[in-house]
Amino acid sequence: MLEIKQMAAGYGNITALKGIDLFIPQGSIVSLIGANGAGKTTTMKTIMGLIKPNSGQVTFEGKDITGLAPYKIVSQGISLVPEGRSILAGMTVLENLEMGAYQRNDSNIQVDIHKIFKRFPILEERKQQFGGTLSGGQQQMLAMGRALMARPKLLLLDEPSMGLAPLVVADIFKVIQEINGEGTTVLLVEQNVRQALKVAHYAYVMETGRIVLEGKAADLVHDPKIMDAYLGGSRAG
Amino acid sequence: MLWQQVVNGLTLGSTYALIALGYTLIFGVLNIVNMAHGEIFMFGAFVALMLVTTFKVNLLVAMAGAALAGAVLGYLLEVTALRPLRKRAVSHMAPLISTIGVSIFLESLALNLFGAQSQSFPPMFSGKLLDFGLFQISVIQVVILAISVGLMLVLKFWLDRTKMGKSIRATSENIDTAAILGVNTQRVITITVMLASGLGAVAGVLVGLAFNAVEPTMGIPMGFKGLAVLILGGLGNITGAMVGGLLLGIAEVFSVAYGASSYREAVAFGLIMVLLFLRPQGLFGSPGNGGR
Ligand SMILES: Nc1ncnc2c1ncn2[C@@H]1O[C@H](COP(=O)(O)OP(=O)(O)OP(=O)(O)O)[C@@H](O)[C@H]1O
Ligand SMILES: [Mg+2]
Repeated sequence: MLEIKQMAAGYGNITALKGIDLFIPQGSIVSLIGANGAGKTTTMKTIMGLIKPNSGQVTFEGKDITGLAPYKIVSQGISLVPEGRSILAGMTVLENLEMGAYQRNDSNIQVDIHKIFKRFPILEERKQQFGGTLSGGQQQMLAMGRALMARPKLLLLDEPSMGLAPLVVADIFKVIQEINGEGTTVLLVEQNVRQALKVAHYAYVMETGRIVLEGKAADLVHDPKIMDAYLGGSRAG
Repeated sequence: MLWQQVVNGLTLGSTYALIALGYTLIFGVLNIVNMAHGEIFMFGAFVALMLVTTFKVNLLVAMAGAALAGAVLGYLLEVTALRPLRKRAVSHMAPLISTIGVSIFLESLALNLFGAQSQSFPPMFSGKLLDFGLFQISVIQVVILAISVGLMLVLKFWLDRTKMGKSIRATSENIDTAAILGVNTQRVITITVMLASGLGAVAGVLVGLAFNAVEPTMGIPMGFKGLAVLILGGLGNITGAMVGGLLLGIAEVFSVAYGASSYREAVAFGLIMVLLFLRPQGLFGSPGNGGR
């Protein structure tokens, strides 16, 4: 569905991605893991068009989408739940959800808002409240709900479990699997590697701007390098 | 006496609020201060004056013409002075300097086109005063109040309720977030600059009517007042700009009425300094995020 070839990108003089290849098959959950500063967020931003790549190519459903403006990427069917959630603090919960459906003109927007409220009942209780007044976990739910309002074919999730209590984390991962079960393809960036590999079908490991390892998630869980670096081995301490 | 001053202050203040809204809208989406806003305001006044004197159209049509001219100038400003500088590597100061350049250009252009003389609108409504007992109000004042308050209410409603308005609010809050939600932020910026400039041009007409004077330098003091209100209201805050403008107008009129006429601007700006000392984020800004 999405294919990245030799993509390099950065910020001014800083090179954050040094030519990465990545493939996300339709219907799958692909996880991208790696230490802080490895380039995971940069990968997401570049797919989304927030950063223009210096070289390489991004293809979505056979179409070259390299370097398109973000709103054009959205109209292709890609949505991002950004790192740190980026809730519109001065707009209400309801308005945040409506903004998620910004490019839609169909008559099912209300139906979809209702679905989001069923999935995250707390959002319905708070629907007239400003986004900035929600707790971190509630904001995460809102960010996910908002991204789903676009009815994306591919959902990019950048550390959806960051800063959340274990129970909420379990919830979020459950929702990710549900969303995927309903046919949405997912690219998941996570620090919570154990959980991420549990829900993902395939995973890539990044280190300083490069993909250093990839494989079926079920295999990677048993990979000694992964266990050592990310799953509580001696160096992770 | 008191009510009379309040009415006069609100009339003047409503034009300040309209000017400040232009700064506020642009500051919201671009995080820059548009130093050419005062000159677009001045051009609006001249365009309406020309329409009224040369083409003999009525005042409302002239205002619509001024708004249109303002929007066109806003578009040119965006395309020539703002958009080319919107790259990550360019300094934050660059758009400030480029809009100062545009303001100097517009002022010189006005000097050449219209001359340095102060001009005035032909006498309209024959200076008739409506007497309400507590206060008297001229027809011109009623027109000024109705237009500026009406425009502000329509703007507020439009920003709150319409899809386009919401996309401007989202872009003001965070341009990247708006972009990943599917908003064409480039287009939103262009529309916002045009809208702000159109409002500024109408404000120019109203101030030209209020003081019965239209001249190429009229944008300079008004520009400073609009800027002061931008800060007073809380950077980028729409409601703040409206309330702040009204307050500044009332403060000025009161300082004239109660004996400090030669200090009217000093008193008004002194008051702003005191208010900002007490509330650094501005009247409606929230603390900790640069007043937004
Ligand atoms: N706005 C920026 N300006 C300059 N350099 C940046 C910027 N954002 C990220 N970088 C650099 O790019 C590299 C990759 O950062 P990125 O945010 O993609 O990492 P990450 O894998 O998402 O890390 P984390 O797990 O901490 O979120 C880092 O070296 C970082 O310092
Ligand atoms: Mg990151």
